[in-house]
Parts: sequence; C-alpha cells; structure tokens
Amino acid sequence: MLEIRNLHASVEGKEILRGVDLTVRAGEVHSIMGPNGSGKSTLAQVLAGRETYEVTEGAILFDGQNLLEMEPDERALAGVFLAFQYPVEIPGVTTNYFLRAALNAKRKHLGEEEVDAVDFLSLVKEKAAWVKIDPALLNRGINESFSGGEKKRNEILQMAVLEPKLAVLDETDSGLDIDALKIVADGVNRMRSQSRAFVVVTHYQRLLNYIVPDYVHVLVGGRIAQSGGKELAFKLEEQGYAWVEKEPAAAGAR
Amino acid sequence: MTVAVKERAATPFVGEFDAFEKKASAAGPGWLMPIRKAAIARFAEVGIPTTRDEDWRYTNVSGIAKRGFRMRTGAAPAVQASEIEPFVIGVAAGVRLVFVNGAFSAALSRCPSAGKGVAVGSLTEALKNGSAWVHEHLTHWARYQAFPFAALNTAFMEDGAVVHVPRGVVVESPIEIVHLTTAGDAGSVNYPRTLIVAEAQSQVTVTETYAGLNGSYFNDVVTEIVAGESAVVDYYKVVRERPGAFHVGLLHVQQHRSSTFTAHTSVLGEATVRNNVTAVMDGEGCDCTLNGMGMMEGDGLVDNHLRVEHAKPHCRSWEYYKAILDGRSRGVFTGRIVVSEGAQKTDAKQTNMNLILSDEALADSKPQLEIFADDVKCTHGATIGQIDGDAIFYLRSRGMSAAAARSLLVYAFASESLNQIRVPALRTCLERLVLDRLPGGRALGAVA
Repeated sequence: MLEIRNLHASVEGKEILRGVDLTVRAGEVHSIMGPNGSGKSTLAQVLAGRETYEVTEGAILFDGQNLLEMEPDERALAGVFLAFQYPVEIPGVTTNYFLRAALNAKRKHLGEEEVDAVDFLSLVKEKAAWVKIDPALLNRGINESFSGGEKKRNEILQMAVLEPKLAVLDETDSGLDIDALKIVADGVNRMRSQSRAFVVVTHYQRLLNYIVPDYVHVLVGGRIAQSGGKELAFKLEEQGYAWVEKEPAAAGAR
Repeated sequence: MTVAVKERAATPFVGEFDAFEKKASAAGPGWLMPIRKAAIARFAEVGIPTTRDEDWRYTNVSGIAKRGFRMRTGAAPAVQASEIEPFVIGVAAGVRLVFVNGAFSAALSRCPSAGKGVAVGSLTEALKNGSAWVHEHLTHWARYQAFPFAALNTAFMEDGAVVHVPRGVVVESPIEIVHLTTAGDAGSVNYPRTLIVAEAQSQVTVTETYAGLNGSYFNDVVTEIVAGESAVVDYYKVVRERPGAFHVGLLHVQQHRSSTFTAHTSVLGEATVRNNVTAVMDGEGCDCTLNGMGMMEGDGLVDNHLRVEHAKPHCRSWEYYKAILDGRSRGVFTGRIVVSEGAQKTDAKQTNMNLILSDEALADSKPQLEIFADDVKCTHGATIGQIDGDAIFYLRSRGMSAAAARSLLVYAFASESLNQIRVPALRTCLERLVLDRLPGGRALGAVA
C-alpha cells in the first residue's frame, strides 16, 4: 500500500529525513518510534503533504501512485489520513459542518452520493460514541476550547468517519492520561481491518500496549536504525534510545 | 443667511443652504429652522475634514468635495418593487419603510400596525403632523457640533424613518427600513434622518439597509436612538452602497437607566464607509453592545469610529468588530471608551480583529481609553492577521481543496460576527452575501 524509498526531506535548508525506507502493506500496523528530533513528525507531515517540508530525494508510492506529486487534499481523497499531533482550532466552523463537507468531498471523489444532514448526524453520533465525545461538542467551532484529550479524540472521530486506507497517527498519545489513551486506542482498534493500514508515530511504548503493532521501527537521525516486532518497543522502554543510536542502521527495514 | 466659510471644500454645500432655507421654512415646523441654521454655521466653520484631522487620518473624504455632489431636485425616479427585492432581508411580516434617494416611497413600503400606539412612518409626515415626541427628541441627541457631516445632515435633512414605541409596548416583528439610492449620472447627496424612540420598558428591533442601484453619490446619514428606562433596543445596520459611493453615518444612542442596547453593523463592498457611533449610557445599570463586520474589496474602505460613554456607574459595554479586507481595501477602527468620574463598577470590553486577504489591503486599529474613575474594568485587544496556513493544511488534509479551505476560513471569521445577529432572516441574508463573495462559496453554503 505504502512504499517509501530513500526519502530525504528538509525544512528551511536543514535536512531532517536522510534516507527513509519503509514498506507498509494493507492490514498492517507499523509503529515509528524514536527520540525527540529524530524526524518522526516530519515523516508524518511529509506523508500528508505539508508544504513547509521540501522533499529533496526519494519516492513515496501509495497504491502505486506517486504521492509526492499529489496535493494534500488529493492525498486525503485517495485515502491518506493524518491525525495531527497539534490539531488546529478553527472557531466559526463547527466540526459537524466541516466533517460532513469532508465526507461529501470524499464521496463525490468516489462517485458516491452525498450524505444528507440526517444520515450524517446518525453516523457521527455512532462514531462519537466510540471515542466518548459528547455530540454537543461537535456543534462548537472545530477544536474550539477543547481540552487536549478532546482534540485527540476528535482526530480519531474524524478518522472513523472518513474511513481512510492509510491512517498516520502523529503522537496521538502525547498529553493523554491513561483513560483517554485507552479510549483513543479503542477507537483505532475498531478501525483495524485487512484493507486498512496504520503508521503510528509515538515517543513512548505505552500506547503500543493498547494498539499492538505488527512492526516497530526506530528512527534516529532521519533514518530507520532498527526494525523489529513489538518486542522491540519493550526493549526501548527498558533501555532507552541510546543503544540504537550506537548501532549501525539495520538493513532491510520494512 | 450669510455664513463665514472656512474651508473652500465646504462652499458648495453651504451655498445650497439659502435656496433650501426658503423651501424648508415653508414646509417645516418653526422650531427646526434655528437648529438648521446653527448646524450649517457649524459646518461652514469646520468644513469637510481632511487627513490632517486626527479623527480622519486614515479616511480620505476629499472626494466628497471634489465630486460636487448636489442635492437632488424634483421627484425621485420611479423604482420597481423588483428592484428593491435584492436588498430586503425577507422578514415575512411587519413594517417595511422604503426610501428612494432619501424620500419616503409609500408604494414600496408596507405599514401594518406594529403594535398598540406604536408610530412608524416618514419624518416628513411626522414634522407636518407636529408630533410632540419628534419635537422632543429630533436633533436633541446627535452632536452635530462634534461631527461635521452630522451638522450637514441636520441642516439639510428632509425625510427619513421615525419610530416611536410607547411605554411598556413590545414590538414583535423587526421594523425594516431600506434606503435605496438611484443616483444616475449626476452625483447627488442624500440626507436621510432616522429617529427611534423606545419609551420606558418597551422593546423594539429595527434594521436599516443602505444600498445603491446606480450612479455615484454621497449618503450623509444620522440615526438618533433613545432607549428609555429598562427599554430593550436592537438595531442593525447593513451598508451595501455602490462601488465608489461615499457613506458617512452617525448613530447616536442615548440610554436611560437599566436599558439594553445592541447594534450590529455590517458593511460589504467597495464604497467608502465611515460609521460614527456615539453611545451614551446616561443611567445606572445599562448594557451596550456594539458589533460590526466589514467585508471590503476593490478600493473599498470601512471605518468604524466608536465613542462609548460610561456616564453613570454599573454599566457594561462590549464592542466586537471584525473586518475582512481584500484587494486594495482598507479597514479602520477607532474605539474610544470614556469612563466619567464617578462611573464606578464600569465593565468595558473591546475587541477588533482584521483578516487581510491580499498584499495591498491595510488595516489600522486604535483603542482609546479615557478613564476618570478608579473602580473599573476596561479591556481591549486588536489583531491584524492573514489566513492561518496551519488551518488551511488541516482542512486540506481532510480532503477540502485549497480554494474551499480558504473560503471556509474566511467564512468562519465572518460567521463569528454574524452569529450575533438575532434576526434570523437578516443573518441568513448576510451569510449568503458573504458566501457569494467567496470562491466556491455557494457550495459551502449548501453544506450548512
């Protein structure tokens, strides 16, 4: 589904990603871990098409299409979703309005009929229950005066409504207490399927107790330094990142 | 009458007064003429303001003098009902007063009873009938000494809307007033004058729309509002003047004890629009809310110039003004809050936000606090910014096109202001006007 080859990306002339290779197949959950400043969030933003990052080398294929040639909205319509580390507050547009516009843009793209207000509200109510969001919140401005936890749950709600093929979660666990973390993980687990893939970017292993990954990759200095199964996450939890930084980059990261 | 003319720019206007005086003396009540004379003398003294005048630093109205706008003579051209349709707000029932080039049009208006003892109609008629409440209030409040264009209006006013709500009466439907200008090729000036008096414990909502069909013109407008003790008055002003037109207005609100006044002013388009508002809370426990939304493009200018006077203790005031500026347009905001000595427990809050959409648009924002009491709370804040790139990316990452995301964010900025409008038909009308100005806006509206 997703194939990243030798990806280099910089911001304001400073190279952050220095040759990332990663292959993600449908149905898989990959976790990207790594110390601060290793390029985790950059990778997530580059996948979604953030223009502040310049891709200087390499390729990203998504379902065989060249993702780098697509606009952020084209990527979204093709099935890429980014759950933001810092969701933006947009007063004046309700989440309901925005989410229905987004859903209908996608349905139109797929040649499906647009969903009307009544059907949309029952859909959003069902998905809001997954992540324990009070539907009344969705009539407020997008993320407007939401708590940190509500913002993250709102990201998962949007994912649940838009049903992407590839979901990239950028530190969705940061700032969440254990109860909120479980709610978010539960929402993600409900979405897991044979046709959907996840890239879960996180600093801490604790999220991976609830969203159990198929593969764990450690990003260090803009390259994947280690890849393994979920047991790699435990090792990182015990020993920190120092040992990975010393070892040479693992060959065959997948 | 001979008056000394200080500024040459004022000459053409002052020169029209002699002819006008003869006509007005014959028609109007005797008490009004001395006031007209004092007003034209004041205008002759101060003239048309220039950008050297601190209060007009950012708003150049020299075009008003240069263009040689003249008072219109003869009957207003015929206007079809279909021509006013785009400018009415679509309240199904209730009073609608229509003025064409400043003169009341009975044919375009509808005047069902607005409530027990409520008087609604044209100023010309009210002056002819000698209504006592008109004598009591007209020209009594708006300070023509301080506002040159209000002086000009006071000298030359002939017609406009008058509303009188007796004690304790609640007017249920909004009263709609539409001022339409069809100037033709020759530039002309109108002096519409509105008087709204809400006696103690009464409630009324009034909307005033100013719009142009054609031509270049100058609307010199004064609206006086009196809110009696515990009265509740909601006032809405919509300015949709023609590109290149001038609109200078003074809204004066005189509030008595425990009254509640709310105004919302919306300005759209490419005209030069100056809105002076003077709100005087002259009794304890008044609430005053002044809101505004401007959406300008081309060479348009919106200048909101507020003076809120906390004359007595325990009054609260809120001002919330927003401007969306595209093209070469300009937004100016001056918010003066005056807290008199002894006006303790004053609570005043002022916010001005500007969204700049182009490289050439400009905004200037100036809060001015004059506080002569010590136990008060006054806050103010101003922002001038562009569309947030993070917000654009957020919306695009969910599948919205760049253009739709941009339009949605502009709409969101406007809607925060429009949501404060409590007449649903007016809110819907303004939402549509905003959406119509945005690329792909109609499609956004369909989602709402």
